[in-house]
Amino acid sequence: MIKNSQQLNAFAKEIQTKKEKYKGKTIAICNGSSCRALGADKITQLIRDEIKKHNLDVDVVNVLTTGCHGFCERGPLMIIQPEEIFYQKIKPEDVPEIITETIIDDRIIDKLIYNDPKTKKKIVYKPDISFYKKQMRLLFESNEHINPKKIDDYIGIGGYSALAKALTMEPEAIIEEILKAGLRGRGGGGFLTGWKWKFCRNEKNDTKYVICNAAGAFIARSISEGNPHSVIEGMIIGAYAIGAYKGYIYVRHGYPLAIENFNLAIESAKEFGILGQNILESGFDFEIVISRGCGEFIAGESSALIASIEGKAAIPRPKHIHATEKGLWNRPTLLNNIETWANIPFIINRGADCYASVGSEKSKGTKIFSLVGKVNSTGLIEVPMGITLREVIFDIGGGMINGKKFKAVQIGGPSGGLVPESLLDLHLDFDSLKEAGTIMGSSEMIVFDEDNCMVDTAKFFIKYLMDESCGKCTPCREGLVQMHDILCQITDGKGREEHLDMLQELAWGIANTSLCQLGKSAPNPVLSTLKYFKDEYETHIRDKKCPAGVCKALIEYIIDSEKCIGCTLCAKRCPVNAISGEKKNPHEIDPMICIKCGICYEVCPVNAVERK
Amino acid sequence: MKVNLSDTRKIIQQYRNKKGTLIPLLQEIQAIYGYVPKESIELISKELLIYPVKIYGILTFYTQFYLTPRGKHTIIVCQGTACHVMGGKDILDYLSNKLGISEGETTKEGMFSLERAACLGCCGMAPVVVIDNNFYGMCDIQKVDALVKEYRSKEANR
Ligand SMILES: Cc1cc2nc3c(=O)[nH]c(=O)nc-3n(C[C@H](O)[C@H](O)[C@H](O)COP(=O)(O)O)c2cc1C
Repeated sequence: MIKNSQQLNAFAKEIQTKKEKYKGKTIAICNGSSCRALGADKITQLIRDEIKKHNLDVDVVNVLTTGCHGFCERGPLMIIQPEEIFYQKIKPEDVPEIITETIIDDRIIDKLIYNDPKTKKKIVYKPDISFYKKQMRLLFESNEHINPKKIDDYIGIGGYSALAKALTMEPEAIIEEILKAGLRGRGGGGFLTGWKWKFCRNEKNDTKYVICNAAGAFIARSISEGNPHSVIEGMIIGAYAIGAYKGYIYVRHGYPLAIENFNLAIESAKEFGILGQNILESGFDFEIVISRGCGEFIAGESSALIASIEGKAAIPRPKHIHATEKGLWNRPTLLNNIETWANIPFIINRGADCYASVGSEKSKGTKIFSLVGKVNSTGLIEVPMGITLREVIFDIGGGMINGKKFKAVQIGGPSGGLVPESLLDLHLDFDSLKEAGTIMGSSEMIVFDEDNCMVDTAKFFIKYLMDESCGKCTPCREGLVQMHDILCQITDGKGREEHLDMLQELAWGIANTSLCQLGKSAPNPVLSTLKYFKDEYETHIRDKKCPAGVCKALIEYIIDSEKCIGCTLCAKRCPVNAISGEKKNPHEIDPMICIKCGICYEVCPVNAVERK
Repeated sequence: MKVNLSDTRKIIQQYRNKKGTLIPLLQEIQAIYGYVPKESIELISKELLIYPVKIYGILTFYTQFYLTPRGKHTIIVCQGTACHVMGGKDILDYLSNKLGISEGETTKEGMFSLERAACLGCCGMAPVVVIDNNFYGMCDIQKVDALVKEYRSKEANR
């Protein structure tokens, strides 16, 4: 139990001194969900067993199970401190060597180090890896240094010192600080966080709530799993600033590790006197409960989320009354995104000016993005606001897989716009993205290459949004179905010239008359592809061809009898037995049976299968 | 098949007189039965004075709830954007073909249920397939084929 800030301070000092005195190695193993899926928990156990087997003392080596390190594609990951040796794609059979070679003999294991796909150079230390080099990991860096299940670890890196400081400040002064920092909501809208806090503070009501929106996917999951205390600390500070006594964290039911780590964090914070009554002798009381939500996309929308906590279907309501006035159970409610909350301790500790020195003119601080799709290095990255797309995709992401040509990047989740090559120097901040026809949204970045068809891609996103639409308002419910229908006709080779105008018209209607932001932003994938990739639509409609070779109705596979060597590989692999031919003789595809899966195209050793 | 309602009764007791607890209550019911049985819905309605239509409203809105018994193993194929770009749709189509069921359905012998997810949040290792809470990353048709075989043979050897 920690009674006050002096005790907290002393406790943190104690942990820090212990850490400084420690001369051994620390094996930090990522135990985030992605690495676990790739076998990290087994590897952790094996490492522990091996350490025991060699009778290695804790003075020599200790094991730290951490949250996500971000470079998920290379998992399971391990960082050996203090040198910061970076091992990747670790297999169970590598474990004995890691202990005997690296821990005992201080030798690097060649096969486990990172091979840069661009420069083909081998890189031993984490800071030298291009994926990490251009990042600025103000929030994420600590993931590698703490066990999210241990509150001591968080306190040891200065955790809850911002809370101690905030509790000595006037609530108004805290809000001023957040405003001055220029922090904007990380949930996508980019609303100034300080303003929201101010509105909520100004409401006269005995009962107010704070909510953490952790309904998101990749990013929310990694923060919840990797550093839950940073979110809790932010929430306590926010609650103190607006005068709330209860908070909710809305996490997806389907993310068990996130729920487990949040639960543990809340329990240990209570034991330490950081949550509950009279927090650090300030007289302020606050409790947090977890609301296990659903995986529906719409449940992340603030009013739908509030409905879901209340036990109703996650359906948004009109926003003429804000949640800051009447939110959860009709009480003033401060709802912020999980990453927004995680930024708060940093701002209070380091000051608004320090925070505002990072980022672009109107978007301050860093932003976490998920970088996925056809780039070499995928995972979670944290970059200063205002960095260019080119830097992210080609420096951090290491460029395109297999040297393919970049076609587009979609930013902001399913309802984001697709941005073409000509805009690669676009700055990543709230306003520049909006100008380019996309959104910050869920901060997902998906990279497409020449093999992706833009019409098919737009169709996919509209289908996704159509399925996720809650169905409450007509423009979104019906409009998206119509849009999807037209897109299907185009990709099926039944497109007509006038379809393009119809899509524009529908897009206008849906964007301007839908109830919530899901419908309002849903036409973005269509509008942006119509703007930047109109030629692809036209080729589908006029020539009945899909230039990328994706739309099945518009392509066929033919075997070039001159090139075919009759190896029978394609016939063996064809899932529907559409390929016939004698061994060592040219083969043939029966177009009536062929389902155009493209497996023959991929497996042919002499490129005899053509896609037309 | 008769449903044993004693567990439902126990869960209802825990949630009596609390507000906003219908969803967690149903989650717990499903955790026990594997789905939400009609008989449980009727009992909840009677005990907690909630109209069945309201309960069905919740159950049919959220994809996490099932109204029919599930297969022994649930295969979830992620259809988030990252997985789509990396071929998640092909995997879903393939499995649907192979198992002879559409998403939301269960194979006749009760072995597999097939589901989709909007996003499972492991986008760095797309495409992702989850079988009974075990995550499998960087999947392709060969890999899921082997997985289905593996689960089948596990059952056969039991
Ligand atoms: C369809 C839809 C989905 C959303 N999903 C999320 C989400 O997963 N997480 C989130 O924080 N905000 C999400 N939002 C935004 C929220 O409505 C809200 O603006 C945000 O959580 C406010 O927090 P902030 O001010 O800290 O950004 C979503 C909005 C819409 C329209």
